[in-house]
Amino acid sequence: MSKFRLPRSLLLGCAALALTAGAASQAFANKVFVSNERGNTVTVVDSATWETVTEFPAGNRPRGIGISPDGKHLYVCASDDDAIKVFDTETYEFLWSLPSGPDPELFVVSPDGSKIYVSNEDDNLVTVVDTQKKTVEAEVPVGVEPEGMALSPDGKFIINTSETTNMAHFIDSADYKIKHNILVDQRPRYARFTNDGSLLFVSSEIGGTVSVISMTGESGPELKTKISFEVPGVLPEWLQPVGMRVTADNKWLFVALGPANRVAVVDVETLKVVKYILTGQRVWQLEFTPDEAYLLTTNGNSNDITVIDVAAQEAIKSVQVGQQPWGVVVAPD
Amino acid sequence: MKALRLVVLPWVCCTLLAAASLASAVSSVDALEIKTGVLKVEYPTLPPVSRYDEAPEDLGFAGAQLGNEDNATTGSFLGHSFSLETRSVPPEGADAAVKELLDAGVHTLVLIANGADTERLAKAAGDGVIVFNAAAPDDELRGEKCLANLLHVAPSRAMLADSVAEFVIWKRWPRWFLIEGSNPADQALAAAYKRAAAKFGAKIVEERVFEDTGGSRRTDSGLVLVQRQIPVFTQDAEEHDIVIAADESDVFAPYLPFHTWTPRPVAGSAGLRPVSFHAAHEAWGATQFQRRFEKLTGRYIQPVDYNSWLAVRVAGEAVTRTGSDDPAVLKKYVLSKDFELAAFKGQKVTFRDWDGQLRQPILLTDSRITVSVSPQEGFLHQFSPLDTLGIDRPETSCKAFAQ
Repeated sequence: MSKFRLPRSLLLGCAALALTAGAASQAFANKVFVSNERGNTVTVVDSATWETVTEFPAGNRPRGIGISPDGKHLYVCASDDDAIKVFDTETYEFLWSLPSGPDPELFVVSPDGSKIYVSNEDDNLVTVVDTQKKTVEAEVPVGVEPEGMALSPDGKFIINTSETTNMAHFIDSADYKIKHNILVDQRPRYARFTNDGSLLFVSSEIGGTVSVISMTGESGPELKTKISFEVPGVLPEWLQPVGMRVTADNKWLFVALGPANRVAVVDVETLKVVKYILTGQRVWQLEFTPDEAYLLTTNGNSNDITVIDVAAQEAIKSVQVGQQPWGVVVAPD
Repeated sequence: MKALRLVVLPWVCCTLLAAASLASAVSSVDALEIKTGVLKVEYPTLPPVSRYDEAPEDLGFAGAQLGNEDNATTGSFLGHSFSLETRSVPPEGADAAVKELLDAGVHTLVLIANGADTERLAKAAGDGVIVFNAAAPDDELRGEKCLANLLHVAPSRAMLADSVAEFVIWKRWPRWFLIEGSNPADQALAAAYKRAAAKFGAKIVEERVFEDTGGSRRTDSGLVLVQRQIPVFTQDAEEHDIVIAADESDVFAPYLPFHTWTPRPVAGSAGLRPVSFHAAHEAWGATQFQRRFEKLTGRYIQPVDYNSWLAVRVAGEAVTRTGSDDPAVLKKYVLSKDFELAAFKGQKVTFRDWDGQLRQPILLTDSRITVSVSPQEGFLHQFSPLDTLGIDRPETSCKAFAQ
């Protein structure tokens, strides 16, 4: 336990530093939480200094990671413990587990923090968990191997992608019934809306594409186009889109390309790739800092995160974290 | 009630619920009913050298069943229903069983049989059905004897041998001591290793035949004799880096590791083995596939199960994407550039349009873990690194696939 006291005092020091830095650059210091799949830990990084604050045990095989809207609770899918573990974001103490079904991998938190929606790969279900009562509120049957989860900005739809069925399922958040299904390319891993809710992006790892779904079609969501990727000198097989983020102004889509070690920058207006940013190895999930000054990438095979300057669309720094980083979340301001 | 049914029959219940809740979500799609037949020919065999290799009764059927359930779950969102008919027959009953399955109206037929029977049964099935070869590794079935209605999800001997060769060359072990069995299948496998050696620049410095003298393979104190016989059998070979075993008949290869006269690693039919899949494989989402299989069957998956799962999924994916149950439409789609399938091996699998062989990575296992996966890094190809494994377009002698 004493092992973790020193970093905590370090954290205070960092916070003080960040305050000074913040006065000059208008940036807040935010805690960055990175789940380390192999290390069984979460690494905490300070976004003002990009220094590692601490690393704490987070259960077995931590992957999907999220935070409550008030920033107090950190949710970690401990895949090999078949549970979502909840930690205090100040003390890093383990608080309790939420029921998740076996091998939880990805989830989304409802805007008010009252529910989390978990994909449950073994049972072809999306599980709705009440975060207060710590109970399962509903189970929604979906396609084979549910994986990616997203929430429409208006809260109407919960999106799930099923990796073997190769569909995006549109679950109505009011009655938990599926209202639409759209076929996408092989092994859809991740889904993300634009901030205005007009477009939904679905990344297909094995298909190598991002499906662009228009939410404003006459008869509901419709597949608009597919974005493909091409990097000279990289085998097409390694261009495997996974994690995604869209800037709040709906202008730029960032796509992590897995073993291609690059993040693609897509102009949302034209849906064309304008740039590939070199990152660490096996780039997996992405997250912005709340001010969107920076985009962070987890790099599973180089044990680091890459810090990308969003405005410049350039990688500016890499920070060593634990073993095989998988997911990343940043505490709100 | 729902909860209880979920516990008892989780999959069935899910599907029913999905189908029910989705009726409204299915938009103007024609309802289809797709029937798949799986025929397994049971040959008289001796018990295997290792009892780990004993074939479960549902070998192959279990994989097809999982594939059918996967298809059915997806189909429930589209108005497509999938069903499976299985037949296990002795060789003399195979032709009648094919006729029976065709009469039952199967759209696709999965064969788990040896090369000669696969060829004859596929011919008998005719062009009104897509036949998948889920077991026979014979290269001639993909070559001079290829058939337009026969697609191969099982890897060929050439693919298996090439996948070992690439790894061994990557390791810079170019001097091979080839030990082959005396049965025709072993000789064919040995020929594939000789071809692989020439293709990748290895040299077979020594070649010996291990005669199959018959008799049972396991005896109570057999290991005592093995420990004396194998060193003698492998004595005085030319200086070599690795022993390559070609023993498809499972007569001697498992005895080679640790017993060779010169301490060298073994690959091929023992030691480092090339397989389409194995039960310890976890990368690329395979863990969840393993768990689904084990939940369904109560046992570990074997390569033939994976092959039959693939066959059923290929057909299902074609139905999902084309919205058709016409075997001609399905076959055209499967052989087209549009077809792709995720198969838990890190990249999409597709078909070669010159011989109907599925392009796929091959796992190299020590029978405990995945040691490596071929194609290996650095083996380049103008079209796909997967085509460095097996018979490439310019070399094919297959003429049944119009290009």
